[in-house]
Amino acid sequence: MTALLRDNRSAVLKPAGLRAGWLAGGVVAVLIALIAGLAFGSVSLPPAGVAVEMLNLVPGVHLHSGLSDREVAILTELRLPRVVLGLLVGGLLALAGAAYQGVFRNPLADPHLLGVAAGAGLGVTAVISLRAGATGDATADLPIGVPVAAFAGALLAVALTWLLGAAGGRDRSPATLILAGVAVSSFLAAGQTFLMQQHVDTLREVYSWLLGRLATAGWHDVLIVLPYAVVTAVIVLAQRRELDVLTVGDEEASGLGLHPQRSRYLLIVAASLGTAAAVSVSGLIGFVGIIVPHTMRLLAGPSYRSILPLSVLFGGAFLALADLLARTAGGQAEIPIGVVTAFFGAPFFIVVLRRSRAGAA
Amino acid sequence: MIRVNDLRVRLDGNPIVDGVDLDVARGEWVMVIGPNGAGKSTALRAIGGLLPFTGTVELNGRPVDTLPRRERAKTIAMVNQTPTVPPAMRVLDYALLGRTPYIPPLGRESATDLAAVEEVLESLDVAQFAGRRLETLSGGERQRVFLARALAQGAGILLLDEPTSALDIGHQQEVLELIDRLRAERGLTVLATMHDLSVAGEYADRMVLLAGGTVAAAGPARAVLTEENLAEHYRVRVRIIEGEHGPLVVPVRG
Repeated sequence: MTALLRDNRSAVLKPAGLRAGWLAGGVVAVLIALIAGLAFGSVSLPPAGVAVEMLNLVPGVHLHSGLSDREVAILTELRLPRVVLGLLVGGLLALAGAAYQGVFRNPLADPHLLGVAAGAGLGVTAVISLRAGATGDATADLPIGVPVAAFAGALLAVALTWLLGAAGGRDRSPATLILAGVAVSSFLAAGQTFLMQQHVDTLREVYSWLLGRLATAGWHDVLIVLPYAVVTAVIVLAQRRELDVLTVGDEEASGLGLHPQRSRYLLIVAASLGTAAAVSVSGLIGFVGIIVPHTMRLLAGPSYRSILPLSVLFGGAFLALADLLARTAGGQAEIPIGVVTAFFGAPFFIVVLRRSRAGAA
Repeated sequence: MIRVNDLRVRLDGNPIVDGVDLDVARGEWVMVIGPNGAGKSTALRAIGGLLPFTGTVELNGRPVDTLPRRERAKTIAMVNQTPTVPPAMRVLDYALLGRTPYIPPLGRESATDLAAVEEVLESLDVAQFAGRRLETLSGGERQRVFLARALAQGAGILLLDEPTSALDIGHQQEVLELIDRLRAERGLTVLATMHDLSVAGEYADRMVLLAGGTVAAAGPARAVLTEENLAEHYRVRVRIIEGEHGPLVVPVRG
């Protein structure tokens, strides 16, 4: 590259994309969240010993960590699945949020604000309420069919929101879509409440799930969500450059050789699948999908080639740390994790809303 | 080379372009003029393959609707009247979007893509803005960057919808001179719509006057820019003054 493509600090300009420094930062954030999430709780364990035990999980590695067998059991059977689930769910919600923001070209898009989470919630509630011979055991493992029902509900919700938002015409503002999402959310939540009232025997189970399932997470939940997480991540990350091209509009993207509608449907389905999988194991956790991608956008630039992978890493780290706060900050009783994320997310959302208003003016 | 035969486009059931024939030879610059709602932009978008149409549109002898999208993007590039400015995107990244048809799915920009964009940015005199955000540029600078993205596609045919509508007359002239120079240097075929009739006439090899979705007049500027044609299709009283590079259109009060 010649001297002409240098900025005023005379560094050679590189095309937008994921920078190695940011990728390393994301990995470090995940590791910190992992070790902190494992080390702190009702029983505190030495972080160094925790780190050594994590290395011991690598096949062929046998190091002495100084932890007792009971402590190792707490680590691998109780805390590890919970932290891993937090990483997965946070990564998925943040990735889905970033994908929706790109697809709808709307900075306010988020799995919750679009009604997708409510749709998934209705699906889960329906499965829990209607399954035959329900035990009412609040800590029972979720049936395998739950993510499928959640996915169906999520797709229904995003389709409704899109159609309702489109009724505003061609020049709709970002807020129109979100208003549609709010309406769809309320409608689906009403359906969910109706189902819950009709099946009082499963009420406790549904509530326990609604408030966040990370608390009862075991490896079973991780295994349920993992395949969906992989599929979602592969599909969405494969479309990262397409999302950048889509920022110039559908017609121009088409003129540049893309199939904008095809990319859009693919991304919506994948993001909804990810949201559904996250919601089906974790309940309703809001704002991760809006806080994390926006922070990445502000820090690492507007290209989806960096926002998407960084959202996975930092989203996972954020939720694992939020979960740590949820189970340690409240003393005896755990704070529902959705409360923690809303506590940080709601003020953040107002900031984003103000910025997007200022941008539109 | 563009060859259009009996082009018809309906939008929401209304015929917007209603049987247009139009030819642009290789290296030629044809200006499409016409009153608001005449179908100029719609015709251009259809020729670019971006709208469904009936009739035939051939680009370099191949029907546009049979070209695979990527192939089409390497053949014809379009600059819209008001291109979207993606928030916070740098000029370099914006121009690199023009290389999209050359980048394989899942791939990234190659050294060739970077070199092509660099060359285009230099020749449009915007390389010094490469690291700046697009929204921080002035209207004239931005228009040159829009052109850069289109040229980065490496297409031989350029469609320009009102390329100077957002510019003052100084920058208008600058951009049109630039297009003319690039056309000569790169052998580009240019089809553009314009509102400013005198300016359009000065730069055009030939002009096409659209009215009501059909061709009302076509030919050299002198044949198209006549007091009768403009009175009939624009409902305006004008005086035509013979200029150095073509007829100058001066509206006079009725």
